[in-house]
Amino acid sequence: MIHTVLGLELAYWQETTLRVLGGLVMLLLLTGGVVYLYLFKFVSFMQSRLGPMEAGPYGSLQLLAEVGKWLQKEDIFPEDADRKIFALAPAIVLASTFLMFIVIPAGPNAVVSDLGTGIYFVLAMSSLSVIGILMAGWASANKYALIGALRAGGQLIAYELPLVLATIGVVVAAGSLNLQDIVAAQANGEIFGIDWIGNPFVITQFVAFMIFVISVQAELTQTPFDMPIAESELVAGYHVEYTGIRFLIYFIAEFATAVAFAAVASTLFLGGWALPAAWGLGTGVMHVVGPIVISTKAVLLVGVVFWVRFTLPRYREDQLQRFAWKFLIPLALANIVVTAIAKVVF
Amino acid sequence: MNLLAALGAGLQATGGDGPTPIMAQPEITFSAPAQVIFAVTAVVMIYGAFRVVTTKNVVHAALWLMIVLGGVGINYVVLQAEFVAVTQFLVYLGAILVLFLFGIMLTRASMGVSEELDNNLKPVGAVAGLGLLAIIAYALIETFGNDKLTFQAYQGVAGPNSNGRTQAVADTLFSQYLIPFEVLSVLLLVALIGAIVLARKD
Repeated sequence: MIHTVLGLELAYWQETTLRVLGGLVMLLLLTGGVVYLYLFKFVSFMQSRLGPMEAGPYGSLQLLAEVGKWLQKEDIFPEDADRKIFALAPAIVLASTFLMFIVIPAGPNAVVSDLGTGIYFVLAMSSLSVIGILMAGWASANKYALIGALRAGGQLIAYELPLVLATIGVVVAAGSLNLQDIVAAQANGEIFGIDWIGNPFVITQFVAFMIFVISVQAELTQTPFDMPIAESELVAGYHVEYTGIRFLIYFIAEFATAVAFAAVASTLFLGGWALPAAWGLGTGVMHVVGPIVISTKAVLLVGVVFWVRFTLPRYREDQLQRFAWKFLIPLALANIVVTAIAKVVF
Repeated sequence: MNLLAALGAGLQATGGDGPTPIMAQPEITFSAPAQVIFAVTAVVMIYGAFRVVTTKNVVHAALWLMIVLGGVGINYVVLQAEFVAVTQFLVYLGAILVLFLFGIMLTRASMGVSEELDNNLKPVGAVAGLGLLAIIAYALIETFGNDKLTFQAYQGVAGPNSNGRTQAVADTLFSQYLIPFEVLSVLLLVALIGAIVLARKD
């Protein structure tokens, strides 16, 4: 499509480079925006304070100041740490996050690589971050870090299952793993002949949506599921020994993953970048409107994550595991059965 | 072996020609990059596999295994078996390796070198490894003979939104190889229940 707009003939590698750069810009802009909007301002207003006000108008440059601060800090390795693994762990977590963005579409052609296995690829890549967290906890040579990493491992394995099972309901309903196909199925769909909002799966797959959002909250280790980094029990869990740029990488990865999961949830359940086909907007318009639509949805969903984070108290470890294995997973399995039957009947 | 054969057959069944084009089209191949990627991953994987068995730290062994398993996944990507590749990453790296690390760290995650990792079974291990190599090599040569990999871009379903390969795997799995697939599922279920029974003696 870029050929027709700009009259350019780009080689494959040139086009891919442009797509990757676009994806990176989108990722960093959204992540930074989310950190400022929610972590700095939203929570401040919830707690009746102003938040950062000094750097830039309304503290809008505070994030850059923080990044500068972290970059200047000394990069400390604990004396007993396994240096190589300690250094490598944040990179694995960050790579897992960045790879998730590859297949999330932001427009008719605005996707780094439109893989046929779409959503399956996202789930696979998100599952890799656990390796980095376990490596970090072990290599720190710190009991708090190790306990935090083990908690994170158990929690991420437990909530991976409802996450995957919840998406199967959507995949069955849309008939494809490909995220563009899932978007198209929602834009072109109709509910009992009413087509002016399309068929966003949040309506027909509401149970799956709730399971997905709860599991995402746990996968992100945000309160009420923040046992891996519970500051009152474990100081800071698996990243207790990290300083400077390596801590910054964990910080970016945490919020970029929040944005990624929110974008995936918007694509699966809220219609993604598309507006309902009945509104009659052409592809040309959607090239511009699409990224705005999905960014808005994703940022709003991240807002829900942070709203919950700053509202609810922490679960206990056994409550967390019981909730996943005895409630969410059976519910997700039941949802798959019901969806499959409905798919055949209707 | 059945499942592997099924996947191979599924890929072969749809991988070859696709619909015959009316006009001759330029062939899209990526032979050279595929060979380079294979060579690099193969060397890294072999080195990683040696380090798995020679390293003196059990966590390091698990992490070298991560490199080997990831290399297998990359090879699946090169072979355009996208679904199998993603499954490799999700199951072997995201689940099995994480369980390895989790189990090791719960039980004996000592830092540094631990000497008791070695034992006297090296000859047996070498014989078993070479035997497995011979069997797999024989099976591969018997199955594929002199077939050449052309690394043609997949032409089965046109357009960027093609799910062709994944659908081919699914179709074969749920029609031709349904019974082996179900038997395997039951086997896994039995293993799961067995593990729970053994672990909970109360």
